Amino acid sequence: MTDAALAAVDQKRLAVASQWQLMWWAFKRHHLAMIGLAITAFFYLIALIPGFFAVNDPNKQNARAAYHPPQAIHFIDTAQDGSWSFRPYIRPYVLKRDPQTLAAIYTEDPARKVYLQFFAKGYEYNLLGLFPSTTHLIGTDNPNQPLFMFGADRLGRCVYSRIMQGAQISLSVGLVGVFLSLTLGVLLGGISGYYGGRADFVIQRAIEFVLALPTIPIWLALAAALPQDWPATLNYFMITLILSLTGWAQLARVVRGRFLSLRTEEFVTAARLDGASEGRVIFRHMLPSFLSHIIASITLAIPAMILAETSLSFLGLGLQPPTISWGVLLREAQNIRSIATAPWLFAPGAFVVIAVIALNFLGDGLRDAADPYNK
Amino acid sequence: MLRFIISRTLWMIPSLFVVSFLAFVLIQLPPGDYVTTYIATLAASNEVVDQNTAADLRQRFGLDQPLIVQYVKWITGILTRGDFGLSFEWQQPVSDLIWERMALTLILTFSTLLATWGIALPIGVFSAVKKYSIGDYIVTFFSFLGLAVPSFLLALVLMYIAAVQFGQEVGGLFSEQYVNAPWSMGKVFDLIHHLWIPVIILAVSGTASLIRVMRANMLDELGKPYVTTARAKGLSEFHLLVKYPVRIALNPFISTIAWLLPNLVSGSIIVAIVLSLPTAGPLLLQSLMSQDMYLAGAFVLLICTLTLIGSLVSDILLAFADPRIRLE
Repeated sequence: MTDAALAAVDQKRLAVASQWQLMWWAFKRHHLAMIGLAITAFFYLIALIPGFFAVNDPNKQNARAAYHPPQAIHFIDTAQDGSWSFRPYIRPYVLKRDPQTLAAIYTEDPARKVYLQFFAKGYEYNLLGLFPSTTHLIGTDNPNQPLFMFGADRLGRCVYSRIMQGAQISLSVGLVGVFLSLTLGVLLGGISGYYGGRADFVIQRAIEFVLALPTIPIWLALAAALPQDWPATLNYFMITLILSLTGWAQLARVVRGRFLSLRTEEFVTAARLDGASEGRVIFRHMLPSFLSHIIASITLAIPAMILAETSLSFLGLGLQPPTISWGVLLREAQNIRSIATAPWLFAPGAFVVIAVIALNFLGDGLRDAADPYNK
Repeated sequence: MLRFIISRTLWMIPSLFVVSFLAFVLIQLPPGDYVTTYIATLAASNEVVDQNTAADLRQRFGLDQPLIVQYVKWITGILTRGDFGLSFEWQQPVSDLIWERMALTLILTFSTLLATWGIALPIGVFSAVKKYSIGDYIVTFFSFLGLAVPSFLLALVLMYIAAVQFGQEVGGLFSEQYVNAPWSMGKVFDLIHHLWIPVIILAVSGTASLIRVMRANMLDELGKPYVTTARAKGLSEFHLLVKYPVRIALNPFISTIAWLLPNLVSGSIIVAIVLSLPTAGPLLLQSLMSQDMYLAGAFVLLICTLTLIGSLVSDILLAFADPRIRLE
């Protein structure tokens, strides 16, 4: 914590503040990290209840809306007599065909208006997988008039709604994958750092080896070995497992480093001399003091996982349609012809980038705040 | 020093062994084997293979033996004759297919490494010297962006811009007249002409993290008394920077080869697939998709071996540059 931060906090409160309190104060001063936290929290909220944020059914195909461009939302509504009010609306697009090339041309219909509403009724979805609901954050007042905020894909499916739905898989792959790597990493890194000696040597070499391997070819080969006919959930679980097979090494190294530096601290020696069992020394005395570091490393590992899943699915060896993830969505943008006609297919990529940047900022802030006693 | 090099090189042997075993397990992983796939292909063209022929084929390829025997056969073939097995899809020995592509992969990766350094070094120094200036903030912003944009997305966006704005296709490493031509000076120049787009795309993510490292290192050095001393002696600012702090801050550049290289190789595979470059990436993906496992295994083995050799070289270079490391 910097001196300025110390001055900002009342001295009396500082003296009795817990470690987590100190970390929160240090973290709050990191503005980019706070923005990252807000964006990350919002994204995970979307991942939790994607149906609420979606506008159209993400799986619904619409032959009359193939490559429908993003619709402009008008905010100011002018009436006949010249008065105006703030009331967002869209003008439906009319599909015409180019007489020569038969290419679809969408033009705004200047005569019609479809008003947008908050908490509108739309398609039915399951809230948290439990309660059926039809309420959506935004929607049109006419259920037959779909709203394409980010346009539609080859099959006329709403890109925006699919991104919302895809957030669930893409963001959770990061969490589940990191949880798996963390289990492996803490176990191996802990053994390595706590016991030292021969175990340390072997695990160290294993970590170096895993870190020196290029991950993509190995992921590709492992993912290619998965049977194509497995159910989506199993496939999802296997992909996260494959990603964490190489992801544990980085975390194991962090854990090992913390164990090594804490092992010789006085309070650990004191606990050991008091006759505390090994489990108690590790979990009661050592773990709390490096938990914050581990949380920071996890936050920095999640974006790497998200990028990895996106890349694998993009190449067609990760998650398979009809599963929706950001990587699967980006497959639509794979060939130059489709992105030339429909550049809005890049939109899932923008979400990947925003999520990764936000998580990186958050992780950076957490790492800086992780050690509040270190000036 | 010699002792360090020898012991470090000896350490490579178990790693290479593990990598080769890994590659072989990957070959064996998909359900069924070479013969099952072969029979399936024949069945598709209405040819029936009876059980005896299948058994004969299995015996001929040694597929009826335990995994470890097959592995020993496979690895001896590679080590003694350079024989990586037969590509099922191409009906050719794997070794005929891979070498040119591996060479191009190596060229691509190495050029990217040089480009990454070439970009990251001056920008990192600039960003540290002009700390908290507008330039520094811009650099910081772009380096975070560079870290977050997956390389394939960048490749796609560049392809889109090139196609829509300039009306030309970006992709491949050679112009049409050189694709199948034998190597000549013209072909080399053509390669250089095409190489820079994938190199820039690949360099972006590596550059971003290296700039951060370089900036942090420089900031550590710039406040030290020897810098003040040099400045007090009247050394010009440029001279001073290049002569002392940059040299010290350079150390991590060498050590980053070890972790930059795996990332570069991984990135180059995806970018090569998007831009359809004639490197290892697209063929690897294709072989995995069609379960042409000997070809895929050879690529995985060679790519991993190359990366391990790269980290070996970086360790040795680092030991040359920093005496503390070889004394450890």
